[in-house]
Amino acid sequence: MFSDTIAAVSTALGEGGIAIIRVSGPEAIPQVAPLFRSRVPLTEAESHTVHYGHIISPGNGETMEEVLVTVMKGPRSFTTEDVVEISAHGGIISVRRVMDLLLQQDIRLADPGEFTKRAFLGGRIDLTQAEAVIDLIRSKSDRAFSVALKQVSGSLSERIHALRHTLIETLAHIEVNIDYPEHDVESLTAEFIKDKSSEVMEGITKLLKTASEGKILREGITTAIVGRPNVGKSSLLNALARDNKAIVTDIPGTTRDVIEEYVTINNIPLKLLDTAGIRETMDIVEQIGVERSKAAVTGADLILLVLNSNEELHEDELALMEQIHGRQCLVIMNKMDLPSKLDKAKLLAHFEESSIVPMSVLEEEGLDKLEDAISTLFFGGKLESGDLTYVSNVRHIALLKKAYKSLQDAYDAAEQFIPIDMIQIDVRLAWEQLGEIVGDTAADSLLDQIFSQFCLGK
Amino acid sequence: MSYDGGSYDVIVIGAGHAGCEAALAAARMGCSTLMITINLDMVAFMPCNPSIGGPAKGHVVREIDALGGEMGRNIDKTYIQLRMLNTGKGPAVHALRAQADKYLYQHAMKETMEKTPNLTLRQGMVERLIIEDGRCAGVITKTGTEYHSKTVILTTGTYLRGKVIMGELAYESGPNNQQPSIKLSEHLRELGFELARFKTGTPPRVHKDSIDFSKTEIQPGDNKPKFFSFETKSSDNEQLPCWLTYTSEETHQIINDNLHRAPMFTGVIEGTGPRYCPSIEDKVVRFSDKSKHQIFLEPEGKNTSEYYVQGLSTSLPEDVQLAVLRSIPGMEKVEMMRNGYAIEYDAMVPTQLWPSLETKRLPGLFTAGQINGTSGYEEAAGQGVMAGINAARKVQDKEPVILDRSQGYIGVLIDDLVTKGTNEPYRLLTSRAEYRLLLRHDNADLRLTPIGYDIGLIKQERYDAFVDKKERVEREIVRLQETKVKPTEINPILAQFESADIVDGSNLLVLMRRPEVDYSLVDQFSPSPVELDEDMKEQVGIQIKYSGYIEKQLQHVERLQKMEKKKLPEDINYNEIHGIAMEARQKLSNIRPISIGQASRISGVTPADISILLVYLEHYNRVTAAKG
Repeated sequence: MFSDTIAAVSTALGEGGIAIIRVSGPEAIPQVAPLFRSRVPLTEAESHTVHYGHIISPGNGETMEEVLVTVMKGPRSFTTEDVVEISAHGGIISVRRVMDLLLQQDIRLADPGEFTKRAFLGGRIDLTQAEAVIDLIRSKSDRAFSVALKQVSGSLSERIHALRHTLIETLAHIEVNIDYPEHDVESLTAEFIKDKSSEVMEGITKLLKTASEGKILREGITTAIVGRPNVGKSSLLNALARDNKAIVTDIPGTTRDVIEEYVTINNIPLKLLDTAGIRETMDIVEQIGVERSKAAVTGADLILLVLNSNEELHEDELALMEQIHGRQCLVIMNKMDLPSKLDKAKLLAHFEESSIVPMSVLEEEGLDKLEDAISTLFFGGKLESGDLTYVSNVRHIALLKKAYKSLQDAYDAAEQFIPIDMIQIDVRLAWEQLGEIVGDTAADSLLDQIFSQFCLGK
Repeated sequence: MSYDGGSYDVIVIGAGHAGCEAALAAARMGCSTLMITINLDMVAFMPCNPSIGGPAKGHVVREIDALGGEMGRNIDKTYIQLRMLNTGKGPAVHALRAQADKYLYQHAMKETMEKTPNLTLRQGMVERLIIEDGRCAGVITKTGTEYHSKTVILTTGTYLRGKVIMGELAYESGPNNQQPSIKLSEHLRELGFELARFKTGTPPRVHKDSIDFSKTEIQPGDNKPKFFSFETKSSDNEQLPCWLTYTSEETHQIINDNLHRAPMFTGVIEGTGPRYCPSIEDKVVRFSDKSKHQIFLEPEGKNTSEYYVQGLSTSLPEDVQLAVLRSIPGMEKVEMMRNGYAIEYDAMVPTQLWPSLETKRLPGLFTAGQINGTSGYEEAAGQGVMAGINAARKVQDKEPVILDRSQGYIGVLIDDLVTKGTNEPYRLLTSRAEYRLLLRHDNADLRLTPIGYDIGLIKQERYDAFVDKKERVEREIVRLQETKVKPTEINPILAQFESADIVDGSNLLVLMRRPEVDYSLVDQFSPSPVELDEDMKEQVGIQIKYSGYIEKQLQHVERLQKMEKKKLPEDINYNEIHGIAMEARQKLSNIRPISIGQASRISGVTPADISILLVYLEHYNRVTAAKG
């Protein structure tokens, strides 16, 4: 029914254990086959059998991962299409390697809720579930959208926009040559296309290099630390970071106005966002601080609300509680070493007992309790959406690589004196692929570019 | 007083390029057809440049011809110059452009129409539509004649509430001082249609004998011209050259000194003009760093001395126009015969149309051409032929013919209009087509002639010739693949093309993929046992050489067509589908796309909305099937 093949990690993200990557589509088996080395070739595997083997790099045959692969042929599968499930070692590195290789094939990352959608469209899911399927797609898409937006703001998006600008200028130039052959615009040479393709390819290479060093790629459960000034947010962040091995440290230029730290707590990767700095440096304009905190809270998977137990609840804090209602949240009653003035009963109106953690960050008391509470949430399956951050990273790398490949094709074609209207196909593809990263593929902007860059008309 | 003017299957209002194609298509499909126009001397008139074709536009003319339309044949009869453009680029963007003898073009078209069975031509000003049971059932003219019909096609061009503007002067008028159509525009508004206000313009015309051609560059036609119609095999019309000159610094000075008198800048013009066809004052202001702009001098016909000054479209006052003309090298003493002007007109907001070009609001009423917000004769004619076909199909109680974006530029044009609308007069560009490589000039017949034949616009004889060509090309490609070559035999021939030697055995198909090799290699080594004409050889070469790129696009098309085939029910209520975002809900309710494919091209409808729509559609279909 659908001609393309999709893939996604179908287990929650974490260190250790097993991660399952699911691939579905009419071509799923032949498309995974070149990546999998085993006793029985995948294309000859019986349906509903499991195979031990290795994921290899199709270019040089290098062994990448030890895996178990399950083949389920349609219609006897979840999606009713051919499905291949790859069970790999858990953990980010291993999963990312396999996903990277898959997405270099003609396989794309599944849209939110897409496996379920296919299962429904294939008649696998009962008609009465239609509404539930729609809800799932809606909520997952909205969430993915907000995560994706968050991911590409800042320097990554600026760099991609700059590369796309070079490409759209080149495209406009090509199009004018085609659509206005008698116009006195500079005619287009193969050299020009080669220069521009090289320039953008270099830019992509730099981005990919940063990616492999983990600089633009941050993954984990996005955790926002929020609270009023001077309740101990920064101290909490520092304590967590000190106690737990940080996966990546901050790289200047990639952080924005929110301080980020990467830690693993009981093998759970966390990306900590400290909103403290914001409010305190900007306290002249109180409103701005509040707005920024709100933004951080909106994108977070987990919220750590820090309160000062030595003070009564402030109206700002009550407002914050309203805002985070219904979200995954732990309340830290800090400064327990000081006399308690905070009415815990008021807290219990908003939060469950189990999510309230008394602490003294200064005295390093209660940190273990917080870590346990986070673990309970995670292993209880309540924190899973961190996947999305991870997933959009894999997607970005795949798109960057595809854009690079398209430009390489354009470059090679220009070298062989292929006509410009065909080279254009690859240049345009690269422009669209980069556009998918920043969520912009509107074709109209090309026309805008043409008419603002060139003086045309009769 | 009113009286009954008779009953028809199809009535076409307007006799421009859209109206002519619409009327001919309907009549040729067997419908009794009436074409009413304000002035019968203006049939197929070219109010702007005396030229047809060019990139994308020329492709459309080929498509019209492949479907059985008239524009290609008519320009082949009446051209005074033919040029193939973009020959240095890929075959997909080769584009034929003709200079027309604008008078002969009109006469030839009118003669064809007068001789066409089932077609009646009538002069008259239509002021109202007849509405019966919520359907359009005819028209009423200024003289009170009531013509009844099953369908009506409106092709009013720039006549609807037309207003000519030039300097300080503005008056109600159609193009070239024709009567405008005022009441019909008011009537459409009364009926609830949303109209937009657009603007376009035309340059002055000058007397040939007052031009010093020695100061210009000659632009001749091709020695061995190709033609627009697949039916035209040869023609020996005498060709006239065009001439190229440039604006001078003085030109720009004059324009800059008179901007306070330019309606473009004084706010007199309210309509939105096309960016791709700016006036000279617009070009001078927006691109002030350009020291000169091209000006082409184009003859308007063999038996006239009027020359069209391409590049000088303007609404400056008449005295400034003359000064501007005389500041251009070669035109120092030029005599202006007609001044340039801007014209504002009412246009239909095209998202009010189904892809068949029938209006959603009023069944039986179709609109085509400039009224739908396009500009250009070819764009108009392309819509005209489709509106004619679909009005006739409606009369015959058959499904409309809708071309998708991979089948033709006409498909791209109509899909863009009805799905996205347009906020400026819409011109086709090859860059608007995502499958440009498939929509070639050379394969318009392969794409569309089977459709033209099925609907009855292509005659048996022509169809047989088409099938024969197609089969010869296909067989030749197979033969080339089966023709093995040894290095010793072929290397000397490859050397003639400066192409590298082969080391192992190969076949002719593989060698034909090389960019530097052409079909003459085959002719030398192993000529085809069946006769192939130049077109067929070209077709063989193109299909082989670019097969990699073509294959890639075909894969995309396969996906596109799957989505186009998922039809959305007409009675779908988007407000009842929960989960669709508010913006998408409004857009979908407004556009009412006919397929998932069309829905996905509406701006503001996200992939998540489409996923939800697919789930809803599946649910709907299963429930409908269960009900039997």
